[in-house]
Amino acid sequence: MRYFRDVGALARKDLLLELRARDTLPAMVLFVAAVFVVFHFALPESPSRLETVGLLWVAILFTALLGLGRAFVPEREQRTLDGLVLAPCDRSAIWLAKSLATFAFLAAAEVVALPLYAIFFHRVGGATIAAVVLADIGICAVGTFLGAMAVATRARDLLLPLLFLPLAIPIVVGAVGASVVDSPGRYLGFLALYDALFAVVCWASFEYVVAE
Amino acid sequence: MLVARRLGKRYGEKRVLRGIDFDLASGGFLVVTGPNGSGKTTLLRICAGLAQPTEGTIERAVSRGAIGYLGHEPLVYRELTALENLELYGRLYRIAERRERIGMLLERFGLWEVRHERVASYSRGMTQRLALCRVLLHDPELLVLDEPYNALDEAGAELLDAQLAELRGERTFLLATHEPARLVPFASGRLALAA
Repeated sequence: MRYFRDVGALARKDLLLELRARDTLPAMVLFVAAVFVVFHFALPESPSRLETVGLLWVAILFTALLGLGRAFVPEREQRTLDGLVLAPCDRSAIWLAKSLATFAFLAAAEVVALPLYAIFFHRVGGATIAAVVLADIGICAVGTFLGAMAVATRARDLLLPLLFLPLAIPIVVGAVGASVVDSPGRYLGFLALYDALFAVVCWASFEYVVAE
Repeated sequence: MLVARRLGKRYGEKRVLRGIDFDLASGGFLVVTGPNGSGKTTLLRICAGLAQPTEGTIERAVSRGAIGYLGHEPLVYRELTALENLELYGRLYRIAERRERIGMLLERFGLWEVRHERVASYSRGMTQRLALCRVLLHDPELLVLDEPYNALDEAGAELLDAQLAELRGERTFLLATHEPARLVPFASGRLALAA
């Protein structure tokens, strides 16, 4: 119970910081909207659903990357990670709280992105929405973990995409599959399995990521 | 409380600390001095558990939650208010009667009137006072303070002196400074690092 109170306090702090600074969410929303507008004009008239589903997932992935790249910016700029690491709470609470906050920002960006996609390209079905939720969990769990690793390095802006994108390939496979087939259960199950597996790995190893 | 034996630290090829030995008993007050680049900050980070030595050993008789660490940075969020920062740390350290403790510290360090203002609007001296509130919030057994007088004006420095005098003997201190003369009344030992 205490663990979840710590997670709540840390996630509340991240949401409050974003509410004050507005560094991340507006950038994510503008980026994803700009991608759809650009592709609306760049793609041939009436593109196929298969083509645009791929575009949707690329847009979601890069929008997430934008948020993940900023996830640990306050901790890096103000060195506050030292303060959090010294607190007597389980260090994985820092990862879980940061993942939850990033999930909230990504979901908020998608609330704008999915209707835009429907306006410019094709209708968004229930399976796609389920895939978005499951993919977001995996993206935020893995991306936050890698973001914490990258933030300690000088090449942090380069390192995060280099580490994250290969690990996100299974997410893209599962999400695109769930969005285009008639029976998406197998793909959604694959996404859920990915989420569970990587969430456990990240949760268990975050302690070593923040130790110098 | 702290026992260091042949403590050393390297960052790649660069050696920043070598062969440090000291014993700091409970209630002791060890002042660490040395020129810039002598490894004071690295030593304090190792003692606080924020960095691992690459050579030698360090034994701590206190848990992580009983350490109060003040670094070169105040370790507070600039976009949060003083109250929100201390509330966050108070929750993470599970402080009983958190609000009373926070109010008492803010009052003592002269920040009560500005408790609802964002730290970004504070002067460096006010931010350092808030950092001291953060360090003292959970009433730590071991205080690891790196240049605590930095950015403090005379009134702030006197407040810190009073705090050190109050806690001396009851708590254990490891303190790095460029002004050892100021700490003569408190110090029980001195560790001079060479460049």
